[in-house]
Amino acid sequence: MTAEEIIAAIAPAVPGATLEPLAASDSAVTPSLLVSAPHIVAACQALQGPGLEFVAFSDVTAVDFHPTRDPRFDLVYHLVSPHRRARVRLKLRVNADQDVPTLSELYPGAGWPERELYDLFGIVFSGHPDLRRLMMPEDWEGFPLRKDYPVQLRKDAQTYMPLQITQEEFQANMERDRYQRTTAKPKA
Amino acid sequence: MGLETDFEIPVVTTSAEFVIQWARRSAIWPVTFGLACCAIEMMAMASSRYDVSRFGAEVFRGSPRQSDLMIIAGRLSRKMAPALRRIYDQMPEPKWVISMGACASCGGVFDNYAIVQGSDQVVPVDVFIPGCPPRPEAVIYGIVQLQKKIAASKLDQSPKVRIA
Repeated sequence: MTAEEIIAAIAPAVPGATLEPLAASDSAVTPSLLVSAPHIVAACQALQGPGLEFVAFSDVTAVDFHPTRDPRFDLVYHLVSPHRRARVRLKLRVNADQDVPTLSELYPGAGWPERELYDLFGIVFSGHPDLRRLMMPEDWEGFPLRKDYPVQLRKDAQTYMPLQITQEEFQANMERDRYQRTTAKPKA
Repeated sequence: MGLETDFEIPVVTTSAEFVIQWARRSAIWPVTFGLACCAIEMMAMASSRYDVSRFGAEVFRGSPRQSDLMIIAGRLSRKMAPALRRIYDQMPEPKWVISMGACASCGGVFDNYAIVQGSDQVVPVDVFIPGCPPRPEAVIYGIVQLQKKIAASKLDQSPKVRIA
């Protein structure tokens, strides 16, 4: 199935979306489409439909073209159709201040790579249930895989581990433990 | 140290300091702690071909509370640094640290935001072993250097200056 055929199949289901075939050296195996960012969820819903069945989410990653291009990021989604033994690649062009709708509702496995993209590129996925940093320490500043990030950063190494729970939760845990130990019945 | 032969059985006289430091340096137990490819060479060092048990340092302990030596074997990432410091803090005194390989000693080829540029920013290091990775013989040489350092140190020496 070529990119044009896939576009013809899904275009009625995503009104208003920009869908363009993209040239790729591996287009015989993986056809590539350009999709407008707000329509990614509707496009993926259509791709999951009968006849296409791209039901497996392979990966999402990003490319930063700063400073040569605006919008600076390419988001690259790879979907697989195990029943038809087919693949498809979707590309989104987004800017740093632009939110992208999350795919974690459609593909639960998309949540983790989206967290990774947020961590390393600073791309915000709207509607994501748990958008926290994944690779870097939780209190890290900046997004390391952006082209304008200082790679050879000089910074003091952190030697403490931040507390994973709040002070109130810690206190409640201690009190519950004390209560259980003082009121525990002796074993017969 | 002297050998007294005037008695019924021969008697060796020496100082308590010498005996205690001899005991310490002859059984340096490392904590099982590998970070990257250097750890493979560290394991080879403990294997039968290189056999570090000739120097009394083959007992890798799974708990920092039973260990004397930490071999930082590999690149230390910024996210790992607090964990490394925590393991070091759990080791009882006296304790020593070997920084093994280029990455642990100065960041090596990883001159970037993710890697600590020298593990001496996090823990006090006694011996640096160069190499990428160092051969098992080099690690054994480093342990022997550490043994010499222990033998030369005084018992009443105050604990090492803590950094950070």
